[in-house]
Amino acid sequence: MSALVFAALYMIGDPVLMLASPEAGDAERELIRQSFGLDLPLWRQYLIFLNKVFVHLDFGKSFLTGEPAIGLILDRMPATLELATAAMLFAVLIGVPLGIYAGLKPESFGARSVMTGSVLGFSLPNFWVGLMLIMVFAVFLHWMPAGGRGPVQAFGPIQLSIFSWAGWRSLILPVATIAVAKCALIVRVTRAATRECLPQDYIKFARARGLSEARVLGVHLLKNILIPIVTVAGLEYGQVFAFAVVTESVFSWPGMGKLLIDSIITLDRPVVVAYLILTVVFLSLLNLVVDVIYTILDPRVQSKARA
Amino acid sequence: MKSIRKSILMSALAVSLLSAAGMAHARDLTIALATEPSSMDPQFHSLTPNIQISETIFDPLVRTDAVAKPIPSLAESWTVNGNVWLFKLRPNVKFSDGSPFTAEDVVFTYARVPKVPNSPSSFNLYLKSIEKVEAVDPLTLRITTDGPSPVLLANLSVVPIMSKKAVSGPAPEGKTTVELNRGDGLIGTGPYKFVSWKRGAEIVLERNLHYWGGRPAWDKVIYRPITKPAARVAALLAGDVDMIENPPTDDLARLEKDTKLHIQKTPSVRVIYIALNQGKDVPAGVSGTDGKNPMTDKRVREALSLAIDRNAIVARIMDGVALPAANLLPYPAFGTSKKYATAPAADLAKARELLAAAGYPKGFTLSLGSPNGRYINDQRIAQSVAAMWANIGVKTNVETMAPPVFFKKRNTYAFSTYLAGWAAATGEMSHPLTSLVLSHDPALGIGTTNWFHYSNTGLDRLVQDASKTQDDGKRSEMLQRAGEMAMSDYAILPLQFELSVWAMKQDVRYGGRSDQLTLAQDITLAK
Repeated sequence: MSALVFAALYMIGDPVLMLASPEAGDAERELIRQSFGLDLPLWRQYLIFLNKVFVHLDFGKSFLTGEPAIGLILDRMPATLELATAAMLFAVLIGVPLGIYAGLKPESFGARSVMTGSVLGFSLPNFWVGLMLIMVFAVFLHWMPAGGRGPVQAFGPIQLSIFSWAGWRSLILPVATIAVAKCALIVRVTRAATRECLPQDYIKFARARGLSEARVLGVHLLKNILIPIVTVAGLEYGQVFAFAVVTESVFSWPGMGKLLIDSIITLDRPVVVAYLILTVVFLSLLNLVVDVIYTILDPRVQSKARA
Repeated sequence: MKSIRKSILMSALAVSLLSAAGMAHARDLTIALATEPSSMDPQFHSLTPNIQISETIFDPLVRTDAVAKPIPSLAESWTVNGNVWLFKLRPNVKFSDGSPFTAEDVVFTYARVPKVPNSPSSFNLYLKSIEKVEAVDPLTLRITTDGPSPVLLANLSVVPIMSKKAVSGPAPEGKTTVELNRGDGLIGTGPYKFVSWKRGAEIVLERNLHYWGGRPAWDKVIYRPITKPAARVAALLAGDVDMIENPPTDDLARLEKDTKLHIQKTPSVRVIYIALNQGKDVPAGVSGTDGKNPMTDKRVREALSLAIDRNAIVARIMDGVALPAANLLPYPAFGTSKKYATAPAADLAKARELLAAAGYPKGFTLSLGSPNGRYINDQRIAQSVAAMWANIGVKTNVETMAPPVFFKKRNTYAFSTYLAGWAAATGEMSHPLTSLVLSHDPALGIGTTNWFHYSNTGLDRLVQDASKTQDDGKRSEMLQRAGEMAMSDYAILPLQFELSVWAMKQDVRYGGRSDQLTLAQDITLAK
């Protein structure tokens, strides 16, 4: 994959033309090209890159800023991480109960409104939702800032903005923007799973045993519908994390997505390649975590694995 | 009920009094930037977003005022004798760490420029003509150039002076770019000093108490990069920021009606132009000409210029945020001729006549390349120019593409004509003439952005002679003549000058600058 990105960025254009002052002569441009190693044939550039990554764990320095590419990305990662995590958390906490409700009483007015709302939720384009939220809550009501990230505090090695009210004020609109669409999806998945589970024998038996409704829903039903929900939530979390670009740029959120877009525009190849490699690693880890959660939720998966 | 309302009123009054009192004491200034600087190292990347921050933390030897004229900064006065410049430095100037500023700092600064590694766009360009820099005594500096260098002052104005003491270090360049990005060694003599930079989020500066030029107005200056124009407008309307750069032209009319806001429009030194490929071979995209390049004929170039209704483009596409152009810099910038002060009106009948006289009564086909998103409304301007050319029978295929792709193709002569822009950093005519219309000769450093094969040896000689003429009056006269030569030959077709726009809260004022810099030290509270 790194080879693909390498070649694609090579074909788009010459980073030196984007970076150098237009007054710079060919001699100066050639100097810059040499200092970045861009004067070599592409395959040699790629081999040098591979050697650096595998032997020295060095992803190279950003053309634009002269800083190590991986450092630039890791600097921005906490902002995206907290945005994606908060958004998915809200989506699940709101989506699952609504979905169960809609699954239990599919004909009720409430359930129908929830389902209609969910259609809107995932049909509306992300940037539009974001702009509307900014218009209402920032421009007219002045309740929240129109963008940016609030004050941060160190939490171990990373900087998070979730520890103060000012931080949450900045976080809430972008979180809502992402959560709306994700919540809609979770509602639909939960509803479908609930309707599938309800006629099953074990639910009937649980009821027949005279268990309370809360226990039937909270233990017997929830445990069984969680598998599809965890699958979808896991996939969506990865999506949000790696490509929250639109929301981040609407809210000027200083996350990784904005860095990726800016780097693609300036053809800052080291940053783009490092970003995509990092994303691949992250998504693989995420899938691993989802699989582990499966085994905890469903012992059958575990026993199959042992057998 | 009444008493409740009264108490609400009273508390509202108290709050407003409190905040008014707070304002009189101290206020922070928050600016939304369109582009974040790529580095804090003032010698890493010669780029407007970087320069405008370093000009606030540091001072150059000489500054330029809002219309690009050199004025004293760290140098109080200067004299020139042939190739030798003598600068008298300002006494009692201190860096923000309290250490004194001397000529040694200037020598150190200029020597560091070529040593900064991996610079994507080096400041070396501005120091090219310098042969020697010597500290005669702590307050006298002698610079020897390799020949007469009338633009030296303008060039020095973009190289901010660093502190020798703070920037010395083990690396060849002293403190490295990465260290400076963290604020290590980032010590200047400017009105505000560096506090912190969170990439993508904010840059914070605070008042430099050692500043030599009087007490700076703001306690703190906070820059927030907000690249999306709509998001910048929202941040201003929501009250998050005090001022924004480049509001989108579509929103301007609405913002101007808002009584809580103030809009500043200032003509810039950036010209948007159309270049016509005048090479001997038939350019890419041209057809219907029997194997000839029609644009080598001056009559065809004049016809193409006359077909363009510059006033209509400015009024309808730019919503008035541009000036129609007749030259490469707006009159009365240094070296501009009065003869080309106002843009010519469109004249379709005459344009058709000229085409017919040149042997193309039925017109021909050509291509017009344009970047998409590099200049304000660039793609829409290219499309209307194409429509206007179609009116005189020149069928025009518009090819717009992302800027990196466009520049790569342009530099391989892949278009018959192209739309691009040029910002004259020095604010005088030798700059755009040398880069754009002199014959392409990288070895001599002329015509470096002439990607349309225009070549006129008479013009080359005149502009090069002017660049070596120290006498301002003579130089201006020579440049005026050179500009007239290029314009009357339709070497290049200027379209318009962009206006730089800033939108701010009603209680903030900024005069704007022709070089498009947003300088925090020039932003004041409105009276």
